[in-house]
Parts: sequence; C-alpha cells; structure tokens
Amino acid sequence: MIENILEVRNLIKTFPGVKALDGVDFNLKKGSVHAIVGENGAGKSTLMMTLGGVYRPDSGEILFEGKRIELGTPHEANMRGISVVYQELSLVPNLSIAENIFVNRQPVKHGHFIKWDEMRKNTYKLMKIFNLENLSPTQLVGSLSLAERQVVEILKAMSHKPKILILDEPTSSLTERETKELFKNIILLKEDGISIIYITHYLKEIFEVADEVTVLRDGKFVCQSKVSDIDEDYLVTKMVGRTIGNMYGVRNPDHVIGKKYFEVEKLCQFRHFDNISFHINKGEIVGFAGLVGAGRTELGRAIFGAENYQSGKITLEGTPLTIKTTKKAIASGIGYLSEDRKSHGLFLNSEINSNIVSTHLSDFCTNYGFLKKDMIDAFTKEKIDEFNVITPSIYQRVENLSGGNQQKVLVSMWFGISPKLLIADEPTRGVDVGAKSEIYRLIRQLAATGVSVMVISSDLSEIIGLCDRVYIMRQGRIAGEVENDDVTEENIIGLATGVYTMNGRINEPSQFQTSI
Amino acid sequence: MNLLKKLTRQREFLILMVVTAVFIVMSFASPIFLKPQNLLVLLLSMSIETIIAVGMVNLMVSGGFDMSVGSILGFSGVITAILLRAGFPIFLAILLALCVGVLIGLWNGFLVAKVKINPFVTTLSSLSIFRGLTFVLTSGRNIAGLPAGFKLIGQTRIGGMVQLPIIYALVILVIGDILMRNSSFFRQNYYIGGNEKAAKLSGINVDRMIIFNYILTGFLAALAGVIFTSRMGSSSCQAGTGWELRVITAVILGGASLRGGSGTVLGAFLGVLLMGLISNMLTLLGVDVYWQQFVVGTVLISAVVIDTLGRSENILFSRIRRTNKEY
Repeated sequence: MIENILEVRNLIKTFPGVKALDGVDFNLKKGSVHAIVGENGAGKSTLMMTLGGVYRPDSGEILFEGKRIELGTPHEANMRGISVVYQELSLVPNLSIAENIFVNRQPVKHGHFIKWDEMRKNTYKLMKIFNLENLSPTQLVGSLSLAERQVVEILKAMSHKPKILILDEPTSSLTERETKELFKNIILLKEDGISIIYITHYLKEIFEVADEVTVLRDGKFVCQSKVSDIDEDYLVTKMVGRTIGNMYGVRNPDHVIGKKYFEVEKLCQFRHFDNISFHINKGEIVGFAGLVGAGRTELGRAIFGAENYQSGKITLEGTPLTIKTTKKAIASGIGYLSEDRKSHGLFLNSEINSNIVSTHLSDFCTNYGFLKKDMIDAFTKEKIDEFNVITPSIYQRVENLSGGNQQKVLVSMWFGISPKLLIADEPTRGVDVGAKSEIYRLIRQLAATGVSVMVISSDLSEIIGLCDRVYIMRQGRIAGEVENDDVTEENIIGLATGVYTMNGRINEPSQFQTSI
Repeated sequence: MNLLKKLTRQREFLILMVVTAVFIVMSFASPIFLKPQNLLVLLLSMSIETIIAVGMVNLMVSGGFDMSVGSILGFSGVITAILLRAGFPIFLAILLALCVGVLIGLWNGFLVAKVKINPFVTTLSSLSIFRGLTFVLTSGRNIAGLPAGFKLIGQTRIGGMVQLPIIYALVILVIGDILMRNSSFFRQNYYIGGNEKAAKLSGINVDRMIIFNYILTGFLAALAGVIFTSRMGSSSCQAGTGWELRVITAVILGGASLRGGSGTVLGAFLGVLLMGLISNMLTLLGVDVYWQQFVVGTVLISAVVIDTLGRSENILFSRIRRTNKEY
C-alpha cells in the first residue's frame, strides 16, 4: 500500500459569478505521476493555483503527508515542498540560467554579494540531472529554445527540493520531439521519488507519462482512475457528459442553406495558424471548435484584418478579397464580434447610442461630415427594441449595463453593418442563460437572411446546439470537419485533443508551434 | 571566435566601438581634441551626468524612469545656496539638500508603486513642480557669494589638473557597477524589470524596491546638484534644465531598455561618454550651440528605434529568429 503524500478534500473556490472549484477531491500517491484533465474552464488551473498558494480556497482541506496545511503564499507552498511550474513561463530573458533558477535565493557573502561561482556550480549540478550539459549556467535564458526554457522552469522549481512538483500544461508550447525529451525528464524525477501533478489538455500524453488520472468537469470532481485501467474513449466520455438544453433553437424549415459563399484557402500566419482552408455557405452557421490556443481567434482576427496573415486567399461572394485593415473588412461586409467585449469590443465609457453606430458612423453623417443626432438616436431605439437590450435610456453608458446586455449591444453593433459574413468569437462568454438564448435566436435570424456566420467557441454545447457544420482546430491547423450526426462532443474533443484524426483527409499536425 | 561573438552581442562593446571611432575621427579632425586640457574639460562636463546616470540606470533596469532629475539637481543646488547664505554650516546645508532629494524620490516612488500612477506622468509633474519651486524660492535670480570652503568641494584640482567632481563620479561609477553586478539586493531590479509578476511570485518585495530606486535616483540627483553648485561657485535656477533627456538618452544608448530588465552601469557610463564626445565634437568643429538639443533628440530616437527593432515581434525580425529554432 502506497501512502498518499497529498490529499485534497471537498475543495471549494468561488470567483465572482463562477464556482471554479466545486467540491474537488483527489489523492496523490507518493512517487507517482498524476494527471488532471478536463475541458477549458473545468477548474484545472484553479486547483493548481490553490495548491501553489496563489489562491486561498473558500473551504475544504489540503492534507500534506497526512497533516492538514494552509497555504497562504507561493513562498509558503515552496517551503512546504510544493513547487509549481506555471503555464506562462516566469523567466527573465535578460538574465542567465543560474540567476533565473536562484531568483531571490542567491548564495551570498558579506550580506548581499552574490557568490557567482557557487551559484554556477549549483546550477550545473541541477542541469546535469536533465542532461543539459550542452548549455552553460551563464547563458542568457533569452537565447534558449522554448523546450530548454521549460526545463529551466522545472529546474527552478526543482531547486526548492520539492516533494511535489506541479506541471501546468508544460507541453503547450513544445513540439512533439521536445515533449518526448520532457517526458524522459519527468520519468527521471519520478524515479527520484518526487510526486508529480501533471495538468494537460492532451489526452495522449496521459498514457505516456501518468500513473493515475483525475477528471474534472465544471469545477467538480468526476472520477479518479488508474491509467492502466482505462482508455482514451473512457476519458473523453467522462470529460463530456453534460445535458444540452433546447436554448439553442432549431433551424427554421424554410431556411435553406445556399451555395458556397465565403471561402478561405491556405491561409497562414506565423506562430498561430498554418494552411487553413475552409468555406461557409450562404446562410450557414459554421462552428470553430478547439482548445484555447489552437489559433481560432487569430484566424478570425486575420480574416477581419485585425491581424496580418502571410499568405492565403479569401473569397467572399465569388470576389477575391485582400484584407489588410479592419476598415476594408467592414466595407467588404465582414463583421467581427470580439471574444473580449470589454477590452476589444465596446467603448465602455461611451453611451449605448455612440457604441451602436460606431461600426458604420459614416452612414449617420451629413454631406459635410457632421453627425445626424436624431438619426443616430432613432436607429439606436430601433436596435434596442429589436435586440431587447434592457436599459433605462439610450444614453446609458455601456459599462453600467449587465454582461448580457453589453453583449447584446455588441451584437447589435455588428448586425448594424448588414454583414455578409459575421465572425462571432465566443458570442456568449460570461452572459446568463436568458441572454444566451436571445443571442442564439438573433444569430439564427441573421443566418436566415442569407448571412454566413462563423462561430468560434470553446463552449461545446453551444457549438453542437447552434452550428450546422463544425471545423475543429488543433495546434494551428484544421484537425477535422464534422457535420450532421457526426457533430458529437466525443468527436470534437477527440479531434481537438489529437486522440482522433481524420485519416485520409488531413495529416497529423504535430510539428506546428501554437504559441510562444 | 566564440569570445568575439559574445562581445559583439554586448551593447557595451558596440558602444565602445562607436566611442573609439568618434575618438579616432576627432583626433584627426581637430588639433585640440587630444590635448589633456580638452579631455579634462570633457571628463568634467561628463561627471555630473555620470552621477545621475548611475541612479537612472538602476531605476530603468527595474522598468521605471525619472524625468525630474534635472529639476531635483536645480532645486537641491538652490536649497544648498540659500542655506549657506543663511549661515548654515556647510555640512548641514549639504545634508539638508540631500534630504530634499531623498524626499522627492520618496514622493515619486510612492506615487508610482503605491498609487500606481505611471512613471512618466509622475516624474513629469515633479519636473514641473520642483523647477517651479526653484524659481519661487529665488525669484529667478542666481545666488552667488557662497563660502570658499564650499567651493573647494567642486573646484579643488588634484595635482593641479584633475578636478574633484571627476573623482566623485569615478567613485560612484565603480561602486554602482560593483553593486549592480554583484549585490543580490540590486540584482532584484533585473527580475522586476524583466518580469514583474514572476518577481512577485519569487518573493521579491516589488513595491518597496521601486520606491527605493526612486529615492536613490533622487539622492544622486541632489548630490549632483550640490557638486554642480560648488563647481560653479553659485546656484542657478536654470541648472540641470533638460538634463533628464540627456541622461535618459545616454542610459538607453548604453543598453538599458524602456521596458526594463536590461542595462549596466558601465553601459550607462559609455552612453554618457558618447553623448559628451558628441557635444565636444560639435563645439570643437564650431557647430552652433543651438544644434545640441537637436542632436540629443536625434540620438535618443535612434537609440530607441534600434532597441525596439532589436526585440520586436515584427515579422521581419521574427522570421530571422524562427530559422534559428530547431523543430
């Protein structure tokens, strides 16, 4: 019987409006690699931040080596022997490997003069563990590859001599070969008796390194199993398992999807996506599913001219378009609902009427460029009624509206340009169920008038409930396309995580760097 | 070969090459340039800026910067002069002037670290406030007739040649360089400037460090003000006007970035040296003195553009870097 080095019982952590952890239990056996999986927003990162001392749980207990502990700060967690390797690299590029590893803990003499030799030697000792002898401790971190940086990050955590090492999606910025290297190192650590919590999106990895796996869903504990007892399909089923309500509506039988209307061919952008080809028919709602960082938002922004792309062809209504600016995109009839309404979508400090006309202001100008106030107000009133925005007046500042009403203002801003193509990036993020179903209704209405809609969403039920056809992106490429009965959570998660591939149609997209 | 590669990557080395090139060109272009008198004048003119630059580079490494150093210099000089004329002992007058510098630094640091106002606005307002106070205190007049003992501080020549300010600057330079290279306390600034969140997660008290940096900058600017007043033998309410720009330019030239995280005292000194050489060159070549400001601005923007292009994520440069990455 192996003892549990860490036990978490009924952990609850609430953020305003979200229950990020809702009674999570899990046990970490000493000297094992324990994977934690779940969809975006399942609570993986919150759990890790709580164990790392960044967040304090609202309730529940953490038992470390059988004793109940409180973790107030990251420093305390480190002292206890719990070290976290954060997903966003926390290294300083302008400093050497040694200085990054021994940040704030440099060996010193006479109070605060750094003993460089000792620091270098200690660094070298650590580096030898991971066979990094080809690098020098004095080398600047900025000159290292991403994989090497990831290892330095792990060494930094290792220098605290941890008993538990938590890795938060360590492979998200690594290539397949680099990942293999990392796994070798993880096995080395395990043989050294260190217990490892491994958080990942990629199900395949679990079967390569992990001994056990815990599945989280919507902040709740779903199951804990031995990896040898299960398979990928079992995990996918466990990760899914939500009931889909009818708030998405259904396509009106009169609404017939037309011919190919919008087409993208071989669109490429450095770092984010590569060789993307797809099409949307007239009046069709097409979903883009995938994990965060798969390149979906960048793709949407590139089509809209908010980001550059390096090569590729975009065709709308049979006319090839070269879109370098958002102005050109709007003029061509492309609208873009940003995933982040507060920082990229709305003018929060301005009134509703100014927001609603901002996308096509020139339609409300006299010949001399002066604004026609009455016309703006009349248009705004009409839109507010149409979109059911709940507000005391059209002069209300947008920041004072609820999230759902803000989102409706954003939607009406872009419906107002009478788009031919609407790109909706996370159209219902952070809005309540009522506003959600209204937004779905509006999107369906828009599509019924012959507009092509591209819905980028991390909410699988939304993708399944709303879209006629779905593309799945993984690591900057289209990993697959599903429609009709094939639009299932299993298929989408499988393709998004790389468990399934569309054999014969696409190649395994393993070598592409998704993020920096 | 490897050493050469390493050297060329260091900003200090590059700027040293430029300095050397200017030196060689000037020794041919002007017969006076290499004469000891000219070189001493050059060093003397650099000494005050060097003292301020040591504080500034430390601050800029942590991601901050201070526009008010010129005003602190002028203000502390005037305070010293007023106190001396009022009959205060020399030691006490200097001490109080330095305290004023520390307090202004504390004010700047408090606003930036605790109230979270950006360094530009904070120190720009201090620039105006303390230059204004300088004028108010003096009604715009210069204060002369300072005690002879006070003037010795800035005017004594060692061996009849080297004026003391050069020595002060040298001492502060060496101490500053050693501390910023080797002291775990000062090294914290590299972490803060490089990645503030990571610095916090690593247990560095970021706010306290930022306040300390502004205090140090204020202190050194006030010290420079005292030395400058002594050297001139009188205080001028215009002293130090526009120097913040010269110092910041020099520090950026020396490899510090406005984003923080990089820079060395040696580099900052070489930056000051290059700025001094350019001024000296313009004077010796008989270029109208009014061109000086134009040149400072041009050098500043060139240095910043080089800095930005060197690190930018723009396609031109990322393409080059990508090819170096192995897949």
